[in-house]
Amino acid sequence: MAATYHQYEVVVVGGGGAGLMAALTLRGRDVAVLSKLYPVRSHTGTAQGGIGAALGNMEEDHWEWHMFDTVKGSDYLADQDAVEILAREAVETVLELEHWGLPFSRTPDGKIAQRPFGGHTREYGKAPVRRSCYAADRTGHMILQTLYQQCIRHQVKFFNEFLVLDLLIESGRVAGVVALSIADGSLHVFHAKAVLFATGGCGRIYQITSNAHALTGDGMAVAWRAGVPLEDMEFFQFHPTGIYRMGILITEGARGEGGKLINGRGERFMEKYAPTLLDLAPRDIISRSIYLELRQGHGIGGKWYVHLDLTHLSREVIEEKLPDITDFVRTYLGIDPVKEPIPVQPTAHYAMGGIPTDIWGRVVVDEKNRVLPGFYSAGEVACVSVHGANRLGTNSLVDILVFGRRAGRDLVRYVAENDFPPLPPRAEENAEQWVARLRAGRSGSAGRRTTVAELRDTLQREMMDKASVFRDEKLLAEMKEVVGELQQRYQEVTIQDRGRVFNTDLVEALELAFLLDCAQTVVAGALARQESRGAHSREDFPKRDDQNWLKHSLAYRTPSGQVELKYKSVSITRFQPQERKY
Amino acid sequence: MQVKLRVKRFDRERDREPYWAEYGVEAEATDRVLDLLHSVKWYQDGTLSFRRSCGHGICGSDAMLINGRNRLACKVLIKELGKRISVEPLRGFPVVKDLVVDQQAFFRKFESVQPYLVAEEPPPARERRQSPEARERFDDTTKCILCAACTTSCPSFWSNPNYLGPAAIVNAHRFLFDDRDAGQEARLQVLNQSDGVWRCRTIFNCVEACPRGIDITRAIGEVKKALLLRRG
Repeated sequence: MAATYHQYEVVVVGGGGAGLMAALTLRGRDVAVLSKLYPVRSHTGTAQGGIGAALGNMEEDHWEWHMFDTVKGSDYLADQDAVEILAREAVETVLELEHWGLPFSRTPDGKIAQRPFGGHTREYGKAPVRRSCYAADRTGHMILQTLYQQCIRHQVKFFNEFLVLDLLIESGRVAGVVALSIADGSLHVFHAKAVLFATGGCGRIYQITSNAHALTGDGMAVAWRAGVPLEDMEFFQFHPTGIYRMGILITEGARGEGGKLINGRGERFMEKYAPTLLDLAPRDIISRSIYLELRQGHGIGGKWYVHLDLTHLSREVIEEKLPDITDFVRTYLGIDPVKEPIPVQPTAHYAMGGIPTDIWGRVVVDEKNRVLPGFYSAGEVACVSVHGANRLGTNSLVDILVFGRRAGRDLVRYVAENDFPPLPPRAEENAEQWVARLRAGRSGSAGRRTTVAELRDTLQREMMDKASVFRDEKLLAEMKEVVGELQQRYQEVTIQDRGRVFNTDLVEALELAFLLDCAQTVVAGALARQESRGAHSREDFPKRDDQNWLKHSLAYRTPSGQVELKYKSVSITRFQPQERKY
Repeated sequence: MQVKLRVKRFDRERDREPYWAEYGVEAEATDRVLDLLHSVKWYQDGTLSFRRSCGHGICGSDAMLINGRNRLACKVLIKELGKRISVEPLRGFPVVKDLVVDQQAFFRKFESVQPYLVAEEPPPARERRQSPEARERFDDTTKCILCAACTTSCPSFWSNPNYLGPAAIVNAHRFLFDDRDAGQEARLQVLNQSDGVWRCRTIFNCVEACPRGIDITRAIGEVKKALLLRRG
């Protein structure tokens, strides 16, 4: 089947916050946005509690404090040149969103309202500060809506329900992408001067996750297969408060408004682990604390959850400031959070790692930060790195907007200075063969085949057991074997649906390959890193080791499909590494 | 428990007309309908097609007709429905495959009401001030997730597919009542056309269907009133 060819100066892959922000920065130019979902369905829309910016609307605050908190929260692995940009530009970014119409919640005098959030402090760690700018508990929804509204206004060109399958590189420059149109099963080659990947994270490598089903690491895996390394993949954040067994997120804003974590013995256990910030300590610390309590049998009724207690807050605070999570808890648990505590457990939430970029969103491919011309990335799929080993709450929304915009600005320059690179001959060939192989397998009843669901279930369950909040050499080595076996068995996967139209059986089979690649790099990075830092907690190496491990990992794919690790240095400008206490 | 799940299916590459397929699915009372659909797709019949993403009622992908009502499959639990559950695609849109419908016309109508802030003067250096009361004025309609449950539950839309429909009007309301906006006139003209807001017969199906609890009929009433005041 022949592919359809298109040509745009810039192709943005991903219709969430980072992709839309870049597209808006490029408005009026020759740009197309490819999105696996309708853009308003993107996962940015599920962010709840707020976007961090030192506006100082409620009390004194400074971008330097925000920068410090982010660096300390990252366990000193974040690149400080990039964090400085994040914290400085957060302020103008939030104001720009307001100017575009974002309906922030307001203070009595009409300013943007702000609330406390985990790890955000005044005066370099003295006490929590109100920095998170919010729109009730649907801040992400309002950001995504506002950006999409502006895209309509500026007539941005979208290709909706297109799944990216291949990145085209010719003569050392990125020349476009190949994508599958889910609606009719056709393949499309997009010839471009430059490509931006903004495809989001890979949380579906884990069984319990806050992430949407769509978050299968597509951009990470496609880049990796094309020879681009993935940076710091061993750092995966577990959010402390997912709804028990379902993983649905309960915003940190609930603790920002005064919610407390309570164990089965009725204790506010964070007093032991983070005496200053308590329930507003960073996520890695709280998730570990919950796991430690659960392992000691201090879960509620001995089960694998603790309580998030809001019952001491007034009904008005809960219903006005946290309406969506109140609705979730009522819908899924049949519990009224005004009257009863909420059962929660840590839930896989955010990939700190991803495609390495510089402060302009340009993808860099080695220890010396050499740029791959024409390739850009922003948002969760990328690793600037502003989050280091652990991201602070609210900073993902800052990241997608600040670096989506910076990538857009540099793309304006790049496409003005460069012509179209040549396309490789038969550009669609790899993607075409892959799809053909999945379609060609023998169809039959689910019991006799190697199915996508069977392999994916195994991957998700085993990653949860062996490579989640706590890790050690034995478990990680076992997990490496498991992923290797699953990669082998993937070669036998067959799908039942042979149709062209909206074949989600095929889509899920393609996504499974991406998940396996992401898991492989997470496990390889985690096995090699013999220290505990941020979200990466090795029980056999419980201390942070700056002497040997204050460095970013770069995972490359070898020709035989194995992982080769290299390392690059961390940018340290203002804040020297210190012991991390809260 | 064992649930009987009936799904209205149609694959234009294979089927002449839609048909009902029936599946037995082992489920718990607290499972979502989306869990049932996944169970069928992953362990029984991979050809079943439906959209979904976030799984908790925010992305708006999985609106469908469930036991005769428009619901999000990820936001309705088995215990609310019982052991016999039927699922059909949203009414009034062309079926692409099984539960997947073509939403392009729906999004075009949304776009036609100019759903974006139109501000005339250049923005101030800081945020525009807006009182909590002014912000509250349009709070309800900011909740819309464009799932189309309202529009496809509306008899006026079923009888006239050109009708803008409740979702587009809700999104117009979100800006008409935002005191920062200056785009009222152009937006009201679209709403005042023959297939605009006057097609609403206040049947209230949309309010019943909205998974976000938006008081849609009230919002539409407020838009009608704004048009009447403008005429006077």
